[in-house]
Amino acid sequence: MNYIASDLKVVGTRPIRPDGVDKVTGRALFAADTRAAGMLWGKIKRSPHAHARILSIDTSKAMALPGVKAVVTAEDFPDIASEEAFVGEGPMNFRDLALNVMARGKALYEGHAVAAVAATTQAIADQALDLIDVKYEVLPFVIDVEAAMAPDAPILHDDLFTAGVTPVPTKPSNIAKVVTFKKGDAEAGFKDADVIIEGRYTTQPVHQAYIEPHACLATYSPDGQINIHASSQGHFMIRAYTAKLLGLELSDIRVNPAEIGGGFGGKTLIYLEPVAVALSKKAGRSVKMQMTREEVFRGSGPTSGATIEVKLGAKKDGTIVAAKQVLKYQAGAFPGSPIGPGCMCGFAMYDLPNVDVVGYDVVSNRPKVAAYRAPGAPITSFAVESAMDELALKLGIDALTLREKNAAKNGTKTHYGPTHQNIGFTAVLDAVKSHAHWKTPVKEGQGRGLAVGFWFNIGGESTATVHVNEDGSVTAATGSPDIGGSRASIGMMVAEVLGVPAERVRTVVADTASIGFTHLTGGSRVTFATGMAATQAAEKVVDDLKRRAAATWEIPVDAVEWKDGKAYPAGSNAGAFEPLDLAALALKAARTGGPIAAEVAVNAQGAGAGFGAHIADVSVDKETGHVTIERYTAIQDVGKAIHPSYVEGQIQGGAAQGIGWALNEEYIYNAKGQMENAGFLDYRVPVASDVPMIEAVLVEVPNPRHPFGARGVGEVPIVPPMAAIANAIRSATGLRMVDLPMSPPKVRAAIDAAG
Amino acid sequence: MSSLSYAAPTSVDDAVKLLAGASGLAKVLSGGTDLLVQLRSGRLKPDLIVDTKKIPGIIGIREENGGFVIGAATPGAEVEAHAKLKAAWPGVVEALDLIGSTQVQGRCSLAGNLCNASPAADSVPALYAAGAIAVVVGSKGKREVPVEQIPTAPGRTSLAKDEFILEFKLPARPARASDAYLRFIPRTEMDIAVVGCGISVTLNEKGVCTAARVSLGAVAPTVILVQAAADVLIGHTLDADTLAKLDAAAQAAAKPITDKRGTIEYRTKIAGVLARRVAAIAFDRASGKTNGKAH
Repeated sequence: MNYIASDLKVVGTRPIRPDGVDKVTGRALFAADTRAAGMLWGKIKRSPHAHARILSIDTSKAMALPGVKAVVTAEDFPDIASEEAFVGEGPMNFRDLALNVMARGKALYEGHAVAAVAATTQAIADQALDLIDVKYEVLPFVIDVEAAMAPDAPILHDDLFTAGVTPVPTKPSNIAKVVTFKKGDAEAGFKDADVIIEGRYTTQPVHQAYIEPHACLATYSPDGQINIHASSQGHFMIRAYTAKLLGLELSDIRVNPAEIGGGFGGKTLIYLEPVAVALSKKAGRSVKMQMTREEVFRGSGPTSGATIEVKLGAKKDGTIVAAKQVLKYQAGAFPGSPIGPGCMCGFAMYDLPNVDVVGYDVVSNRPKVAAYRAPGAPITSFAVESAMDELALKLGIDALTLREKNAAKNGTKTHYGPTHQNIGFTAVLDAVKSHAHWKTPVKEGQGRGLAVGFWFNIGGESTATVHVNEDGSVTAATGSPDIGGSRASIGMMVAEVLGVPAERVRTVVADTASIGFTHLTGGSRVTFATGMAATQAAEKVVDDLKRRAAATWEIPVDAVEWKDGKAYPAGSNAGAFEPLDLAALALKAARTGGPIAAEVAVNAQGAGAGFGAHIADVSVDKETGHVTIERYTAIQDVGKAIHPSYVEGQIQGGAAQGIGWALNEEYIYNAKGQMENAGFLDYRVPVASDVPMIEAVLVEVPNPRHPFGARGVGEVPIVPPMAAIANAIRSATGLRMVDLPMSPPKVRAAIDAAG
Repeated sequence: MSSLSYAAPTSVDDAVKLLAGASGLAKVLSGGTDLLVQLRSGRLKPDLIVDTKKIPGIIGIREENGGFVIGAATPGAEVEAHAKLKAAWPGVVEALDLIGSTQVQGRCSLAGNLCNASPAADSVPALYAAGAIAVVVGSKGKREVPVEQIPTAPGRTSLAKDEFILEFKLPARPARASDAYLRFIPRTEMDIAVVGCGISVTLNEKGVCTAARVSLGAVAPTVILVQAAADVLIGHTLDADTLAKLDAAAQAAAKPITDKRGTIEYRTKIAGVLARRVAAIAFDRASGKTNGKAH
């Protein structure tokens, strides 16, 4: 059924969030809160070298330390074959993941795991780490993406040959893959252009900076059954990766999802779980592992840093006739940067006749990148949206008008293939034009920037069950970890279908043994896809309830109507019966067919793409280079906001992370290729006082492929901020900042260079 | 495994004896906002911690001979709440107040900030500019030491193994005297100074500076007093020419390093910028005009 045009009572309201009380009172159980009787503490020994051959690992002294119960190295894990995995978000190879979890032969970055211990206390485990003697042959290393592409660069993998080029290379390279997209004839388009803009931009790797470090508790039973407690964006993902890396059956592993303290894409792969299981198997006891913040920085993946070249050609009236991009994305130590989305998202907002995009996926001696909110899109958009601003300036056309003129609409064929359908970009741009922020003149001494952004959003496989309890209250269970309010949105959709208040439905995240397969929480898919499954399960329950009422009244099912949580006779011809509510029907369940429950599994298609536009006003301290965000408005097509407060929170959170990416976040490496700022003191995410009130404006162009019109909302808002702020700095100072972060020293240097 | 002993003596004598008799590394604990972090990170593995907070008088503020005496372990929040001290030494108070979060303010102390001996410590440039005196106790008794003689290098002080600071003395203030402190950080709070600057001035009736002390943080191995910058101020009002000379003197005195928090070039420039801005605030305050604190 489709409820888009319906009169909705629950969807679109703002009930109190179901996870709120537990979280603000400290009761919520995160992965690090779980314990088991007799459990051991597991810790990881990490490489101090950016690139080194592991000559030998002597664990005998560590094993001899009283309290140490197990030590593992790569020798304790199966040496699995190369195999493409579609378990997480973005491309992954099982072998690469295995080598990332525990180095075999070579350490590829500072912080790469080389061994692990399990001991009775954390202090003993720490001491044991120091007793593990690893002999290395230190190798030349490479950190920067373009340096890694140089012909004489140190090679990370002898078996890595560039894919996507002909002829097939015979020499290994750090360039894992070349991706190309072409539409029309870009060279001809540039010849036809009146104005051409060219620029080269760089971005730094940035970490998702979830507040909860990775943690898990694993128990290996002598009968081969394994229990894991962990927080992640997908407990089925943990199960799949752990099973593959350890050579086990999926049914031998049960993963219990803990409350998650932020993921943002960074918890769509695993680091600890196979190690904890291996230690538990060896020690015969439960093993708990939790990373320190320093380990999170040194050992887990940020998103790529990149170099991006952009060229735009336009007619005098602002019509863009050609667009070109060359993107070089750092993948970290193993292939798999989000170069694909990077190549697609930069120009996806525009209707362009001629496009030429080339992307490079490049390995270097840094932690393997992980997904981060709209993976790849913010990087490419920083470059394209900065270039669009330059183009508007050169043409003397207003920044909004230039975007309106070239905006993608329904029916626009993208350069990467698909044709846009049911998109709300025009409505977003209309909302910019009519917003008070855009209409208010820029304050003296400040500058204003506009940037837009795109993200695909995805659907995929989800399972949901809806149970009517014996008293008529309702439980909904799904396999989707709740990282952005999905328990609220799913419960509300179920409540709407059943015709009961939101509070009557409790939504839980069920473990891998208690619900059908569900793809991880990523790609802004859960409210769309799992929501679809839950809606359909609720509809099946309503059908069943109608059948039960019909049986009770002894009338045909089609003579029963379901309204406001009750079964009614459909009209006077159906008979005069008192309506039956959920409680009444639940009470009689045993006599009308047994428990009332339905499970629906879907592979949801038709996730509506999302578009956003951000307006930033900034002031720049010209002596220190410090940028202050004075006003910030984020406008986004959200399809339908199921719980508007959560949607606004997603938009504000994405913008805040984008502000950090824009202004201060970066990895600082020393001459040995070691990270110098592995902590929140010197890896500078924004603090509360750095971020102004972010006004989130919800534009609702319904997605007809979802029962309530929902689109994914969580990723689009991190796409525009970097360019919006860069464009605002340009407006305030006349200076084009092309290198992220636009930190005070860089801004001051640009001011000095301009004289 | 090595063990860590903890003691919380209730007299100066007991504390000194513990320190003097310690085998291995002994550390003095005031608020612990640096020490505990260093313990946790494993950077420091002391054998003995002597907590001074139970020593009478080490927490609290009293007036003496027209000046102030601040107990070495007095928490930042207590200093911030002292209206008279704040009126006389707004620069010292605002500098201490910049350290950490609200929670950290409940513990962080002037002695800890000084003896941690970080060149980037926020309260230290303000103490240097103020001409504060540290009252040091040890086996040989009590001695009074100008604060700028305490830090000797990053993480190192001139204090003997059995010595610690009991209290700080801030001198009496003549008329038309005030101070100010600013630091530059990339964010707006919860950060370590890229550069810090403290200035204390006394003016005559015409607004001409008759006495000045200028200090800079995070531009040398220790916080430094910059006599050349003070000399630029003395005998002058704060006109454009004086400001330009002050900027140049501060930049000339700055000998920073490039590290994760800033480059030589940037820190040097910011030393000049901050010196001008801090002088403007200190002069305004000394001449009775209101001028707010940083951030």
